[in-house]
Amino acid sequence: MEWDWQYSGDIMPDLLDGLKYTIIATLLGYVIALVLGLVWTLLRRAPNPVVRQTVRWVTEFIRCTPLIPQLFFFYFVILPQVAPALHTVLPFIDFQEPIAAGVIALGVHYSTYTAEVYRAGIADVPRGQWEACTALNLPRSRVWTDVILPQAIRKVIPTLGNYLIAMFKDSPMLLAIQVVELLNASFQVGAKSLKYLEPITIVGVLFVIVSVISSILVRRLERRYATV
Amino acid sequence: MFDVLDSHEELLKGAWITIQLTVGGSLLALVLAVLFGMAGVSSSRWVRGLNRVYVEFFRGTATLVLLYWFFYALPLVGFKFAPMFTAIMALGLNVGAYGAEVVRGAIISVPKAQYEATIALNLTPTQRMIRVILPQAVSLMLPPFGNLLIELMKGTAVVSLITIGDLTFRGKEIQQSTGETAWTFFWILVFYFVIAQVLQLFVRFAERRVDRMLGRRPSRDTSLATVSASAAGTGVGG
Repeated sequence: MEWDWQYSGDIMPDLLDGLKYTIIATLLGYVIALVLGLVWTLLRRAPNPVVRQTVRWVTEFIRCTPLIPQLFFFYFVILPQVAPALHTVLPFIDFQEPIAAGVIALGVHYSTYTAEVYRAGIADVPRGQWEACTALNLPRSRVWTDVILPQAIRKVIPTLGNYLIAMFKDSPMLLAIQVVELLNASFQVGAKSLKYLEPITIVGVLFVIVSVISSILVRRLERRYATV
Repeated sequence: MFDVLDSHEELLKGAWITIQLTVGGSLLALVLAVLFGMAGVSSSRWVRGLNRVYVEFFRGTATLVLLYWFFYALPLVGFKFAPMFTAIMALGLNVGAYGAEVVRGAIISVPKAQYEATIALNLTPTQRMIRVILPQAVSLMLPPFGNLLIELMKGTAVVSLITIGDLTFRGKEIQQSTGETAWTFFWILVFYFVIAQVLQLFVRFAERRVDRMLGRRPSRDTSLATVSASAAGTGVGG
């Protein structure tokens, strides 16, 4: 079978439509992962041991199980229950849509990874900083927002960047709940003409290009915040 | 809650496929990781280039894209494989690329004085690698390998999308036949969690063995470096 350049050009608009969903899922999911991860980390330092242990095991559970069954769980079980409530808070989003479930599942899944990253970053802040806060009699909230977190987060920026790439590469799994992202778009185009070679190859090459470029960017971040 | 477990035969069959894929995939990944990882520290520029091409290409693609490509695109140019074989290839090639970076990073991290000592003792390059460098590198490799093993096990769930009857696929079937959506997926996730915990026990056991072999005491703390190393985005040690 020959590579068909004409066909490759014709399918590009469909693939770009899919790319739109891939980018939405990755970026919105990443925002959820960054925020929720920090919440997990801070809860793991809560004074109440029941809270600490619950958060520890819940995050361990989410981290150790695959994304696809989690997508099913969010899409079929959790979202139908909470969609009406969420809809009243954010009326411009339809939470019954597969893409909403996909974004939330992807974000929650990766928040358990970013939580570990934040935790390691906080543990890496020298003890002297904590002691200085005590010596200066800073209130608890200022210790976190002005002393510990700025130092901890600065150190973990490159690692957090790695997880953005990882999420981009996991976004094709959203096709399990019928989100028409890049891979699903290519698959549907291929199914129409039974010519799968061109669309899927283009998607594969696109993924390699984006990943290689972004890993070069992350390496540059690493040099800039040179810590690890 | 326990109605779903009436179909435990189905679930166990699915779990068995998941375990087969995990074992097959990780064996292939291990072989590729060691081969290409060693290539990455070779003195020949061409061999090092081979390592770069393999790592950048297979780390760059998503497992699912690779799997679809093997399963739907390759047969059109005349290569057709059994689904299980395709799945193990896709998983092994993908995780092997991460593993190769782990192996390369670990070998580089062995202190330079160790190399100098082997030269002073007039050991051959093979002796140097097998007797001095690798045993020390292995203890650095094991924790990130443990993370990759869990990632690979989680990665096996994508095969349900090319109709292999793994745990996720059976879950979908049971959900459709019983209508017990919530509990079906809950139990599926519990199955995966148990498999992951057992794998982690194996890895911890191996870590302790290797540390004892080297006369070291195991360190429990997860430092920033090990968390960064396990990030699936880029590799370890630059």
